Order: sequence, then structure tokens, then C-alpha cells
Amino acid sequence: MSKTASSTAAAAVPLEEQLDWQRAMLEIRFFEEECHRMFARGLVRGSTHLAAGQEAVNVGACRALRVTDTMACTYRGHAAVLAKGAPLDRSFGEILGKAEGLCRGKGGSMHLTDMSVNAIGSFAIIGAHLPIVLGTAYAEQYRGTDGVSLCFFGDGSTNIGAFHESLNMAAIWKLPVVFLCENNLYGEFSPIAHTTPVEELVVRADSYGMPGVRIDGMDIGVVHATVSEAVARARAGEGPTFIEAMTYRYKGHSRADPGAYRPEGELERWLERDPLILHERTLLAAGVEQATLDEMRATAERTVADALERAMSWADPAPETRLEDVYA
Amino acid sequence: MSRTITYREAVVEALADAMEEDERVFLFGEDVAEAGGPFKLSDGLLDRFGPKRVRDTPISEQAIIGTAIGASLSGLRPVAEIMFADFAGVCFDGIVNELAKYRYMTGGQVDVPATIRLGNGAGAGFAAQHSQSVENWFLNVPGLKIAVPGTPADAYGLLRAAIRDPDPVLVFEHKHLFNHKGEVADTAEVVELGRAEVVRAGDDVTLVATQLMRHRAVEAAELLAGEGVSVEVIDPRTLVPLDVETIGASLDRTNRLVIAQECTHDGSWGASLVSRLMADRFEMFDAPPLLVGGDETPIPYAGPLEDLWVPSAERIADGVRRTLAF
Repeated sequence: MSKTASSTAAAAVPLEEQLDWQRAMLEIRFFEEECHRMFARGLVRGSTHLAAGQEAVNVGACRALRVTDTMACTYRGHAAVLAKGAPLDRSFGEILGKAEGLCRGKGGSMHLTDMSVNAIGSFAIIGAHLPIVLGTAYAEQYRGTDGVSLCFFGDGSTNIGAFHESLNMAAIWKLPVVFLCENNLYGEFSPIAHTTPVEELVVRADSYGMPGVRIDGMDIGVVHATVSEAVARARAGEGPTFIEAMTYRYKGHSRADPGAYRPEGELERWLERDPLILHERTLLAAGVEQATLDEMRATAERTVADALERAMSWADPAPETRLEDVYA
Repeated sequence: MSRTITYREAVVEALADAMEEDERVFLFGEDVAEAGGPFKLSDGLLDRFGPKRVRDTPISEQAIIGTAIGASLSGLRPVAEIMFADFAGVCFDGIVNELAKYRYMTGGQVDVPATIRLGNGAGAGFAAQHSQSVENWFLNVPGLKIAVPGTPADAYGLLRAAIRDPDPVLVFEHKHLFNHKGEVADTAEVVELGRAEVVRAGDDVTLVATQLMRHRAVEAAELLAGEGVSVEVIDPRTLVPLDVETIGASLDRTNRLVIAQECTHDGSWGASLVSRLMADRFEMFDAPPLLVGGDETPIPYAGPLEDLWVPSAERIADGVRRTLAF
């Protein structure tokens, strides 16, 4: 696999599917904007970590999977879980702590999980899920199936021990895993250069004898093509791949962080390469009418608003449910 | 009919029988396959079941625990080995934050039927980092079942039950008992989790102990029998779930409680048991409950020092005498 990938890859994907990518990204963007407002209104407990800006990585990668493939992500996971197919309303419901939330109100924003689409979890201990996908991937190998496990993680995770153990063992066992690093340039509040001695994280793949590729994570066509190639390798029994997708989070690390440490003009530069704008250009160039895209945007906004309204109407969990689900 | 086997042979047999019974069961860990296990607890299993089901890993405890979690989520029945239980420190996050909470945090969307086997306990001169009774570290973490077999029959039976169980079970295998011999049935039996065993019936004192301490408790009871004291020895066998009923019923008759444990007081299973029994059965005590345990220090290396740290039969007997003298 090459060290870089260029767009035009998307050209091979049917236009209808590419339109669906845009719809999914729009819904996620509106979802995250609603979450931001919900926090401001005090409707959400604890903390939250928004993925606005990173949609192309999550949607592009998840669209390269089958529903039966496994996906694990981080506490900045709303976008990934939705991209894998979790319903908008029950995802809102979980963040609001409702009985009909994905996890019956026991997980919250940082732990969205929907096993029905094999979104096996959002993990809030940095790097904790990398070892877990070794097991889901080994289960596929064990059964002789061709399923794949996709593991999203941030640039910060590449400095924790579990990262090393996981890439090493995945390579030794030739596990069908796609390790997808969402490099948004900041580990919590610290710029990556302050915490990491290499400029390109992709070089770390060499230590584990696995192919690595660094890509533009704002271009969904590039993400989809790259992940598709890695997934094909995994299905063919050729083992894991490391992908470093360069992206950006528009908001701070969490609700408490305005992101003041970012140099002036940086956010604006990334906004110019917003994944929704980039992909809209691609679709227009492919002959899609502007009116179609405008209508898609309006529909997505309404769909998300309706989902939130439903979730808000749901009941809180019954008190006795707090004692359930510890043991089977 | 029964036969005599070692604790080690019981573990190997349980693993083999579990793999025979259920093709979803597989064993993995450091040196468990080609070497037959660092303590020979999986001797011969690679030849019998092949490398897919008996698998060596790198020295990577976080990867081992993660693999157990992921594979169990996916419907397999992984059995992971952590060579020395003390290494649980390296993968503590995986055990307490992921494995224990997975079912709860997802609102019951998944079962996590992982079995983690850990080499536990002192008495063989492994010093402070390879001798601890690590089961105590996990008592404050809801979501984990904890088995502490002390005999070959229990090593077999509890491990089989753990592997069949739909929840995570930590099985602590005591290193100092690997050569210990005991009776098992010709067809060894599964032992239900959460059922204490009354090892020796008695009327004057209830003496509760697990693993190595169970055997020293029996020795103490024999010593005391010569002094005309009748000691009831109970082995809980699992700490979660804990069979408080059996222990409580014994206390109701003897009205005196001594616990022998291979660990310090604070945060220990014995301290938790005392707390529960005092809260529920305060009026049953004729004497203060007594914990016989290790000093409040790490476990020393030198033989004479370790012998002083780990409760001896004599020290346990002395605890019983003091309780009776109250």
C-alpha cells in the first residue's frame, strides 16, 4: 500500500452511495451541533467530546465495512457509532440518560454502544479498546470467517502502552484489524509535537511490520478507498493495516475546553477543507444538482431534530434498573 | 469411585475437558502452548488441541485481557492465563474498567463469558512481586466473579464452572498447592460457584480459610482437637458470589469466628466477611471476630521471614485459642 492516497478513488463508488455518505455526514454534523446545545442547556451530565470536523473519517471508514464487521471507537465516538448504523434517536436518548437510550442510560456520551450493528463500544480510557479488537478479530479467525474489526483511536493513543501491545500482537497473529488513527493534532489540550517525537505517526507502523498509510482525513473518498483496501487485505488473511487520517476537531477537547491553545487561523484553515464542503464539491462535479444537496441538508436537519424530540420525550430509567445488567 | 491427583493435574484435566465439551473454548497466555505452561498447567494440551485453541502470546498482559474481552463479546469462551496473579497490575484497567463493567455500561447488550486464570499466593520464596493474594484487589469491583480453589477437586470443578459461566470469572490458582494431592471422583465433577464447603465439622469455633490457608486451618483444627477444642473449618471456595449463609449458619452454632487469610487486613476478603457478619448477626458473637493474616508489609523473600509473614497452623491455632479465651 502506498504512503499516500489521492482522491479520484471515490469515482469507483456508485453515485447513490456517495450521496448517502453526504447524508450521513450531514446528520452527524447536525447531531453534534444539537449535542453542543444540549450541553449548554444543562441537559447532559458529565462531559462530552464532539467529533464535528472528523465526519469524513468515521463515515468513509464505516461505509467500507459490512454490518457484520466490528467497529470500536473512542469517547469522541458519537460520529463513529452513528456511522456504523446506530439510530439517531436512541443515541440522543443515551446521551440524555433515557431508558430507551442505546445502553438504557448506563453508559452516556462516552460509552455509546450498539451491538445490533456491531458498534461494540466507545471507550473512555485512552487506548483501552485496541486490545479488545484483538479478541473480536481473533474470533473471526477462529471461526474461519472473513469479518474485519475496525478500530478508531486518536493520535494521543499512540503514546500509551496498550497501543504497542495491540499492534504487535495483531501483526504476530495476522489479525484482520484496521487500526485507524484519527490524527486531529491534539491529545486533549496538548499539540502533538509536545508529546510525540515523530512528525508522522504512520512511521510507527514499521515497528510492527505492518503497512501504514497517511491520508487526508477530510476527503471522504480518500478515506473510503484507503480503508476499503485495508479491509480487503484483512479479509484475505493478510493481516492488519495502520492508517493515519489527518483531520481536525472543530470544538475543544471536551465541553470544558474552548480550545484557546490553538494558534490563530488554524481552525479557519481547516474549516476551508470541511469534509462536507469537500464532498459537496465532488458531488456537484459528478453532476448532482445543487438543489438536491440543499434538500438533503434540510432533510437531515429535520431528521435530527425529530430524533432529538423523540428522545427528549422518553422516560428516565426506572430506579430498579440500576441493579440490573451486572451479571447475566 | 475416586482417585488421587495433584492440583496441577486437575487444572490440566479441567482445561482439556472444557475444550472437549465446547469448541468455543480456547486457552492462551505466555508460554501456555509449546512450553506447556510456565507451571505446566497446560502440559500436553497443544498436541491435543492444536495451536488455534492453545496459543502462546507475547509478554503483553493488556493484549491478553483485551483478547479475552473481545473474543467473549464475539461469542467464544476464552480462557486467558496471567502467569503470576501479581501481573494483574499490568492489565488492571482491562480487568476492572472494561471486563467488569462491559455488560453494565452497555445496558446488558452483551455477555462477557471470559475466564481469567491467575497464579496466586505465597510460600515458595518468590518475594514481594510474585507472591500476593491478588483476589483481594478485585473485591471492590462489581461485575467480577472470583474463585479461589484450594484442592484438586475444586481446582477442577471451579474452573469448569467458570468456563461455563456467562460472566467474567477470575480463577486464582495457588502456586504453593500445584503439587498438592487430593481425591477427585473418577469423572471429576463441576463445582457450582457460590457454594462453600464445610471441610471439617465442629462446635466451638468457625474457622474460615481458602487455598493454602484452608490446609493450615485443618492442621490447626487437628492440633486443637488434641486440646479438646472442636473447630469447624469452612472454605468459601468463591469470594464472589460468597456463601454467607453457610458461614453464618455455622457461626450461629459456634458463636465464635476466626478467619485465616494469606494477606493483610485492610481491603481483604476476611475484613469484608467480618463486616457483613457483624452487621447481620451481631448478637451471635460471644467473642470479637479475629483475623489471622500477614503483617502490614510486602511479602519478604528470605525463608524464615516469609514463614513468619504467611500464617502457620500454629499461629492460626493460637488465634482460635485467644478467641475461645475471650
